[in-house]
Amino acid sequence: MFQERISFTGDIMRVQFFSTCLVDTFYPQTGEAAVKLLRDFGCEVVYPRGQTCCGKPADSGGYEREARVAAKHFIKVFSGSDPIVVPSGSCASMVKNHYPTLFNNDEYLKTKATELAQRVYELSQFLVHVLKAHEHGFQGQGSVTYHSSCQLTRELGVREEPLTLIRSIKGVEFKPMLYADRCCGFGGVFMLKQPEISMALADDKLDTIIASGADTVTGCDHGCLMNIEDAVRRRGSDIKVKHLAVLLAEGLQ
Amino acid sequence: MNARRRSIPFRVNAAMAVRNENLREAMRNAAEVFARKRTEAFSSTPFDEWRQEASEIKLAVLKDLAGHVDNFAVNATRAGAIVYRAKDSIEARAIVGGILRDRHVQKVIKSKSMVTEEIGLNGYLEDLGLEVVETDLGEFIIQLAHEHPSHIIVPAIHRTRREVGRIFASQFGIDYCEDPFVLTKIARNILRDHFLSAQAGISGANFAVSESGSVVIFTNEGNGRMVTTLPPIHIVVLTIEKMLPNLATLPKFMRVLPRSATGQGLTSYVSIITGKRKGLDTTGAREVHVVLLDNGRSKVLQGEFFEILKCIRCGACMNVCPVYRLIGGHAYESTYPGPMGIILSTLLSGMTATYSLLDATTLCGACAEVCPVMVPLPGLLRSLRETRVARGFTPLTERGAMIAFALAVRSQPVFRLMQTLFHTALPGASKFVRPLGRLPHCRDDHLMSIGCKPYKFVDDFSKRK
Repeated sequence: MFQERISFTGDIMRVQFFSTCLVDTFYPQTGEAAVKLLRDFGCEVVYPRGQTCCGKPADSGGYEREARVAAKHFIKVFSGSDPIVVPSGSCASMVKNHYPTLFNNDEYLKTKATELAQRVYELSQFLVHVLKAHEHGFQGQGSVTYHSSCQLTRELGVREEPLTLIRSIKGVEFKPMLYADRCCGFGGVFMLKQPEISMALADDKLDTIIASGADTVTGCDHGCLMNIEDAVRRRGSDIKVKHLAVLLAEGLQ
Repeated sequence: MNARRRSIPFRVNAAMAVRNENLREAMRNAAEVFARKRTEAFSSTPFDEWRQEASEIKLAVLKDLAGHVDNFAVNATRAGAIVYRAKDSIEARAIVGGILRDRHVQKVIKSKSMVTEEIGLNGYLEDLGLEVVETDLGEFIIQLAHEHPSHIIVPAIHRTRREVGRIFASQFGIDYCEDPFVLTKIARNILRDHFLSAQAGISGANFAVSESGSVVIFTNEGNGRMVTTLPPIHIVVLTIEKMLPNLATLPKFMRVLPRSATGQGLTSYVSIITGKRKGLDTTGAREVHVVLLDNGRSKVLQGEFFEILKCIRCGACMNVCPVYRLIGGHAYESTYPGPMGIILSTLLSGMTATYSLLDATTLCGACAEVCPVMVPLPGLLRSLRETRVARGFTPLTERGAMIAFALAVRSQPVFRLMQTLFHTALPGASKFVRPLGRLPHCRDDHLMSIGCKPYKFVDDFSKRK
């Protein structure tokens, strides 16, 4: 279904990269890793300079007006027809699924948002369906478990792609965790507004991560990984927390 | 649901619940079991097809709810029931109290009903001097403990069997025992006397059938059938959204409700009660009274959140909700907890008291996956948050932050400035606002070593280009 919309016009495919504000603010190495991956698999990566935040925190919090401001800006910055690659399931879903619902009173922007939605890919989706990165394979070591983040799984329907990529890393043992698709307690601003619940959920998540026997946990959303990282830090655990982009970029042959 | 002036202190409640080890253990065991049983029960069924059908039937009913309620009233009356309409809790309580007082009832037995919990019926009747006995085992336990249900299907879900053993020991002066089999036997013996001596029974209903005037009750313990047939008087209290058009649609709900609620293919008992005992009937109450309660439903039906009225109270959304199954139902301080409860409570009781409950969700979407009537729960929760913002129920700091966000988000230079300020202020600010300490700071060695600087990525990227 993905190839139908994207045509290879030459050897080089141009993509627009949305780093997401969380990656830009706290985890620049993940953004670099994602760009490295895309380039390695033959993409010309464009980083639209005006990009900020997709507006998800405002949207989830019920601040629709503010979310609309963010969406309008995003639509303006990410013009053109190139695919937009996002290293986050929840940000990708925000643009893909929520933007079109924000402009019910504005035909022009609604059309724009709907067109934009067609161009958005979460990173693992793009790597598997468009670039076939898993066929190329990666190198690595140790054992990895995977946390299936909520919007990625339930709103974008991306369940198998990250696993396909992890399994294609030679030398890495994949150890599934129990209840991988259960919420880790991040929930955006929820992490700060309800820290007691959020921390308890992250602790439960860490229990299942440790029980998997893996030395590293990976995922496609830095929000969740940040929350899990906090649990790791509080417990003094030696579990490594790595975004899938970093894990894969390290394993480029 | 009484109108409260203050808002529910949800965060405080939740923080206390998180530290309550007994509660955590009880929740971990029970909610887990119900969620797993549900998954197994639907494993080889066309769940999506089934829930689509159930949802469509409910939507069609809601399109002409008033018509269905009128039809039900006519047909139930024809079948020999006495039908009452109550606009709110006060009216409903007065109607039930009046029926019982006029007939000099002293003891009334009840089968499990969330609607009577919603209107605070037990306390009202006790104030009138009546003895009220809950006969569902879970309800029986929490009545002994002077508590409210913490789950709409499993009211005592928050109690471990050790706690139940202690409650029984202290209430009945017996030796402590935690064997569920023995405890159930003790309850049965005590309840038997009540079943035989009560002059009236009160129940709710899972469904009401408009075409036949029947009420339908799903139960497991058999107490429901005793409550509705042993005493000479049976009073049913039900809310108007329980309507089904006809009996032919009932099987579509028989297959999804028990599976969603307890993971059973079918409950032990399904009672279809059509009016009072008549002619050659050998069982049934000699008087059947049906109280049709609105209590805010008609108003909800007019608004954008009407789909919550499709809810058939199975509790599946609670069993999979990460927040609910961590803290249990009492932290919500509402008749209905969990995802459907937040929505219904907020709509029925007005936001003034309940807006804090809208924080009780990560919007993870697990509830929407299991809802047997396809209520778009996460969508409704998010929309209700919009209403909360519009009505000014969010803290000033949050609104201020959002104004700043809207200014920064439309300009990258401003956004970068905010990022820098944020990073600079974070270590200090997290000393005062403790949750901020959960974010990655440059205080961490390993983060330092990987270069925890704001917008480093953007700069590096543009240099390379």
